[in-house]
Amino acid sequence: MAVVFEKPKSLTDAPFHYCPGCPHGIIHRLVAEAMDELGIEGKAIGVAPVGCAVMAYDYFSCDMIEAPHGRAPAVATGIKRCRPENIVFTYQGDGDLASIGMAETVHSAARNENITVIFVNNAIYGMTGGQMAPTSLPGQVTQTSPYGRDVKHCGWPIRVSEMLATLEGPAYVTRVAVNNVKNVKNAKKAIKKAFQNQIEGKGFSLVEVVSACPTNWGMTPKQALEWIESDMLPYYPLGVFKDRTEDGGAAE
Amino acid sequence: MTKVTFNTDLCKGCGLCVDACPKKCLAIAGDKLNPKGYSPAFMKEPDKCIGCAFCATMCPDCIITVEK
Repeated sequence: MAVVFEKPKSLTDAPFHYCPGCPHGIIHRLVAEAMDELGIEGKAIGVAPVGCAVMAYDYFSCDMIEAPHGRAPAVATGIKRCRPENIVFTYQGDGDLASIGMAETVHSAARNENITVIFVNNAIYGMTGGQMAPTSLPGQVTQTSPYGRDVKHCGWPIRVSEMLATLEGPAYVTRVAVNNVKNVKNAKKAIKKAFQNQIEGKGFSLVEVVSACPTNWGMTPKQALEWIESDMLPYYPLGVFKDRTEDGGAAE
Repeated sequence: MTKVTFNTDLCKGCGLCVDACPKKCLAIAGDKLNPKGYSPAFMKEPDKCIGCAFCATMCPDCIITVEK
């Protein structure tokens, strides 16, 4: 019998602390599978965010650094410029990347730093208990918007991928989702391409992964994945928003 | 012949594997609890399994190994 599927080598044996049904585990696995397939585990350096994935350094078996809130792209820039032979990636949530870390994100993209950014967008602050994030949808009920997000005084959610795609800098900006098997497989292709771009020196790659937060959305894991399809994807459409690499987009 | 192995002690019973299975071979063992206090998923009808690994693809805790 041949093994069709097993836990990738780039993940440690530590059990994930995430809530039941949290897609962070799926996205961790996709990153680890990409590292395994490209054979870069030994020279990869990850930068963990502040947020639910703050303890990502326990789960990836490559070298990891924990950055202050939102500063992961700045830390990654420093590492990559000092050690250009290493593969440097950040793994950030929407509260980290799109709120407090927006400046670092935009400027690293504008400078076309040769790093890979994995951006997990679940439209809420997960770790702190479900407050409104910059990516929370209009009308979405959170702890700090109990009557639903009112765009009149909270503003509109930010589509990070579309915004970064307007810059000249970034090489590859795409949005994928992990709500079903097909989208997970497409997400894997996009993440692998984002790492491949860095290996080939093509520059800044950002993969936005539309994810779920069953606990803070107040849903079962199944309902949460259905809510991605019904509510999140209409506002955050999937696709490749910028691709300055040669062979076209990975995620259709 | 396929073999699907669950690392049952780490299962959180989220049920995403059960929903992902196209042949509906998996189920949550509602009458059991693992050391974490969750009712784990298990292979209910192994004869129907086609080894597609959709369950493992959707498992957020990487507890499923599929052999074919």
